[in-house]
Amino acid sequence: MLEGRALTVRRSTPRLWLSASWLALISLAAIFAPLVAPHDPLAQDLFAARLPPAWAEGADPAYLLGTDSLGRDVLTRIIFGARIALTVALVAGLATAIIGSTLGLLAGYLRGWVDLVISRIVDIWLAFPPVLFAILLIAVLGTGLSSIIIAIIVIDWTRFCRVVRAEALNQSAMDYVTSAKVAGRTRLSTMWREIGPNVLPTICVLLTIEMGIAVIVEAILSFVNLSISTDAPTWGGMIAEGRTSIHQAWWVLVFPLIVLFLTVLSFSQLGEGLKDRFDPVLR
Amino acid sequence: MTAFLEIENLSASLKRQRVRMLRSVSLSVAAGEVHGLVGESGAGKSMIGKAVLGILPAALAIDEGEIRLDGEDLLAMRPADRRRAIGAKAALIPQDPLTALNPSHCIGPQITGRLVDILGWDKRKADMRARELLAEVNIDDPDRVMASYPFELSGGMRQRVLIASAFAANPKLIVADEPTTALDVTVQKQILKLIREMQARHGTAMLFVTHDLGVVSKICQRLSVLYAGKVLEQATIAEFFADPKHAYSRALLAATPKYTDPGSSLVPVDSSVTDLVAAEIEAVDEGWRLAR
Repeated sequence: MLEGRALTVRRSTPRLWLSASWLALISLAAIFAPLVAPHDPLAQDLFAARLPPAWAEGADPAYLLGTDSLGRDVLTRIIFGARIALTVALVAGLATAIIGSTLGLLAGYLRGWVDLVISRIVDIWLAFPPVLFAILLIAVLGTGLSSIIIAIIVIDWTRFCRVVRAEALNQSAMDYVTSAKVAGRTRLSTMWREIGPNVLPTICVLLTIEMGIAVIVEAILSFVNLSISTDAPTWGGMIAEGRTSIHQAWWVLVFPLIVLFLTVLSFSQLGEGLKDRFDPVLR
Repeated sequence: MTAFLEIENLSASLKRQRVRMLRSVSLSVAAGEVHGLVGESGAGKSMIGKAVLGILPAALAIDEGEIRLDGEDLLAMRPADRRRAIGAKAALIPQDPLTALNPSHCIGPQITGRLVDILGWDKRKADMRARELLAEVNIDDPDRVMASYPFELSGGMRQRVLIASAFAANPKLIVADEPTTALDVTVQKQILKLIREMQARHGTAMLFVTHDLGVVSKICQRLSVLYAGKVLEQATIAEFFADPKHAYSRALLAATPKYTDPGSSLVPVDSSVTDLVAAEIEAVDEGWRLAR
């Protein structure tokens, strides 16, 4: 009768542990940035400008991934950039998840006029081109970390809202929801206890994807110089700067780009891996 | 015997299309009695059960009639009061055991949660009660089942859990909505026997919805034959099987496959019978539409 339980503990796929390890590494680097970073992220040294990575000819071994045109250490700036990227990913991701999922759950479970209002707002929202919308918002709110986070929340809550609404609609049709109603549960209690746990796996998967997206949006905004102050170490800012000197110093562009790519990829793969492991529909 | 559940002139229709789903249904179920609701698909059998439990789909509206549970008129109550009254006195044994248990919770909390949260039972008392009931539905190892997730149990096992769960709060009325339809034939028989035993032991009144006259003859004391949301005949089981009054009932009985004579062919319900009923209903509906 209970043989089924053995099946649910599936072996972790490489996808899950590879992505999790990369994110763990980035997170640790971000948390302990002042301890692990070899230099000061803002210290300029024009005599050490555009030094190539340590293994190339004419490099200074003290600068592992080279320096940019102002002589700032690329590795150090990547590590400090992780702080900003992960803060945005975590705060914006969680806030979007909470706001979007709550609205989606309400729309999908209560239906009627609540659904009508929320769904129409989502439709209107989706008609805006997201990046332009973000740039417009930052222009209004002013630059800064909190503005970026607010912009991401304002733009992306619809992603959660739509998916969670559809999922809640599905779950509402199940007999256990009917049974809860017969037993005398209030609508909010049914929503929280019966439907909530069943949409949670979906929310988790979306959350990891959203975190990846938040990292990208932050990079895009930094790239167009709408993020934080210009000399703050952000991956997007570094890429923008590296672009101007791509022919003289490719490493200023390439290394932050690789880190950005791996981080976004890891977030989405982590979501897929978690879904394979924990989705009740699959087990 | 006094009637525990009384339905009087209950009519319901689809709000938008103005199509009638129930047509002046009246029936009463005495305390401890099992009342069968039979009819073909779409006859409105389940609809009556849902109306009693207050879970009609939002697209349906009750046009008139009374549903009295233990003497209280449910339709006259405020929704919150109605919910509480139904929750305290009635329960449902659903049709499909696969979707009737929440995949995210263990069995134990699913049985006890409602007792603790809604009826204010002590947690330990609710646990005791759940264990006791699981043992009553012939589950050998109640503790293990209570700690299992639904997907770890077989269909028959889940239906047992649902039966135990339905009886948990000592309901006076249980609506069983085709409780054996989704099960294997071999399991059906056991589950049916179990429902009958539990019902007799607890003295619960029951509305038993089914399309299977064989099942009705085994478990019910009285039955109502429905067609297109209208009660065509009400009788005790003995009367009905000895001498069905309505032509449709006779046709329905004749259509039941006879396992004693495997060579005989199936007799479909003759359309001349249903046409007659349909014409009768159409005449009544004409009046209903004019009256609105």
